[in-house]
Amino acid sequence: MIAMLILLAIIVAVILAIVGIYNSLVRLRNQVDNSWSQIDVQLKRRHDLIPNLIETAKGYMQHERGTFEAITQARSQAMGAKGVAESGKAEGILGAALGKFMLTVEAYPDLKANQNFLALQEELSSTENKIAFARQSYNDQVLFLNNKTQMFPSNVIAGMFNFTKRDFFELENPEEKNVPQVKF
Amino acid sequence: MWEQIRANKRNSILLLMLMAVVLGALGFVLGMAFVRHPAGGLFGVAGALVLWLILASISFSSGDQIFLAASKAVPVTKKVHPQLFNVVEEMSIASGLPMPKVYIINDPAPNAFATGRSPESASVAVTAGLLGKLNRDELQGVIAHEMAHILHRDILFVTIAGVMLGAIALMSQVFLRGMFYRSMMGGSRRRYSSNSSGGGQAQLVMLVIAIACAILAPIMASLLYFALSRRREYLADAGGARLTRYPEGLASALEKISQNTIPLESANKVTAPMYIANPLQKKGMKLSNLSSTHPPISERVKILRGMGGASLTDYSQAYQKFSSHKSSLTSVTALKSDEPVALRQGSAAGFVGRKKQARNVGDIMRKVNKYKFINCDCELKMKVPPDFKANAVKCPRCKTVHKVK
Repeated sequence: MIAMLILLAIIVAVILAIVGIYNSLVRLRNQVDNSWSQIDVQLKRRHDLIPNLIETAKGYMQHERGTFEAITQARSQAMGAKGVAESGKAEGILGAALGKFMLTVEAYPDLKANQNFLALQEELSSTENKIAFARQSYNDQVLFLNNKTQMFPSNVIAGMFNFTKRDFFELENPEEKNVPQVKF
Repeated sequence: MWEQIRANKRNSILLLMLMAVVLGALGFVLGMAFVRHPAGGLFGVAGALVLWLILASISFSSGDQIFLAASKAVPVTKKVHPQLFNVVEEMSIASGLPMPKVYIINDPAPNAFATGRSPESASVAVTAGLLGKLNRDELQGVIAHEMAHILHRDILFVTIAGVMLGAIALMSQVFLRGMFYRSMMGGSRRRYSSNSSGGGQAQLVMLVIAIACAILAPIMASLLYFALSRRREYLADAGGARLTRYPEGLASALEKISQNTIPLESANKVTAPMYIANPLQKKGMKLSNLSSTHPPISERVKILRGMGGASLTDYSQAYQKFSSHKSSLTSVTALKSDEPVALRQGSAAGFVGRKKQARNVGDIMRKVNKYKFINCDCELKMKVPPDFKANAVKCPRCKTVHKVK
């Protein structure tokens, strides 16, 4: 009788543990999805701002066609990117192109005095900051989820209910990658 | 951070209890002094507790609204100052809190504060002077500091404490004055009615105690309030640096704020602890250390600039090195769960001259007051007041006629 009770208690405890782990996995997954949608909103906003920015700047910067083309191309690639890893790569390239563009703007004082351009620039740099801050919290949450899906005992339950590892959102800077190699 | 939140919630309750005791004692003494019978004392206690209940419910339900109204803060839309809104939004993303309501105080003195009961009902108010004088990184630093106050639930405690302190100060003022007139009248009356000398003496003792209490209570309350708010400022600086990962922004903002010589008009002794920098302190004036609500700005700047990273650990190391206090800022357990946070680069912010700064401040104040701005092609910016009736205005320089929308 007592053995039966102990067995029952153990079974109940195991079921409760499984339910707890499952619920925490669901919570983490939802948090990751929610953080990602935060980033996604800002990325869309960035894509929407770029055509306006280029339109405003074009009149002042006739000799910078190459810069504009690089941005437009990077933008369309970023908009077509699927998945977190790919989108991170494309957004990194776009960010670098925009950074280069902002440097060239310094040479055009008339453009820098344009109210419309200044407003767009403020929106763009704010969007960029928001992406950076949202990325931080997204990556933190992905780390939590990935740890849970890989560590025992939660990995067993994660495997049973098909919880998979998520990708970090890393903005790749193409210039940082092409660091010239020094050989002796 | 969690420890800080828990401490703030606990302190808020403790403060409410303490205020109940202080108010009750004050009510008892005053009741005894006026009626000279235990029933009078009880009546005083009951009255004080009713008052306490009213105060507590006011500070919970609309304490933030009282502060915002007392500081003459106006709610604004994104159109008035897009950068301010963007920066607040960035910090709400960084801290994971909902977007607070944004207010502007139409005053040229640079300052800011946050208030509210919970992060969901929080408000951030900045002065026009702050917006005009700071660049983007500095503004971000200040907003991050305010966001840290919201994150740590400092706003709940400070709002409750503020309402309570204000009420106690007001009441003891009223009683002190009432006592003064009463003793003058009572004195003249006693000459005719012959009281027993023992009763007169008891009344005198009671009177002295009542006066002492009425004087001491607000002092005690404000001492407690001020002592607590200094540590909060340091921790909010640490939290702000962590959110922006750029302590230099807040440091140089604090420096600019400390160079200001204009006092903030709508601030007073009760609202002062809410601001990022003491709004009452004039340049060259030294407040005594005990009653100062804010740590010296030079010390805060030194700590922020001495940070090796952006985490709480980095801040508390710099704090130990540069502050005059030898005690540590946070407990060891709070630092254990702290993760390293790397610093980041500041954005390239152009230098803005003093004249331009003053013009910015004026423009923001006009915008808050619903002036319309018209940019003429001759680069003249016309500022049309809201009570301007005609529907067109002529540019005084190039004589172009513009429509007023």
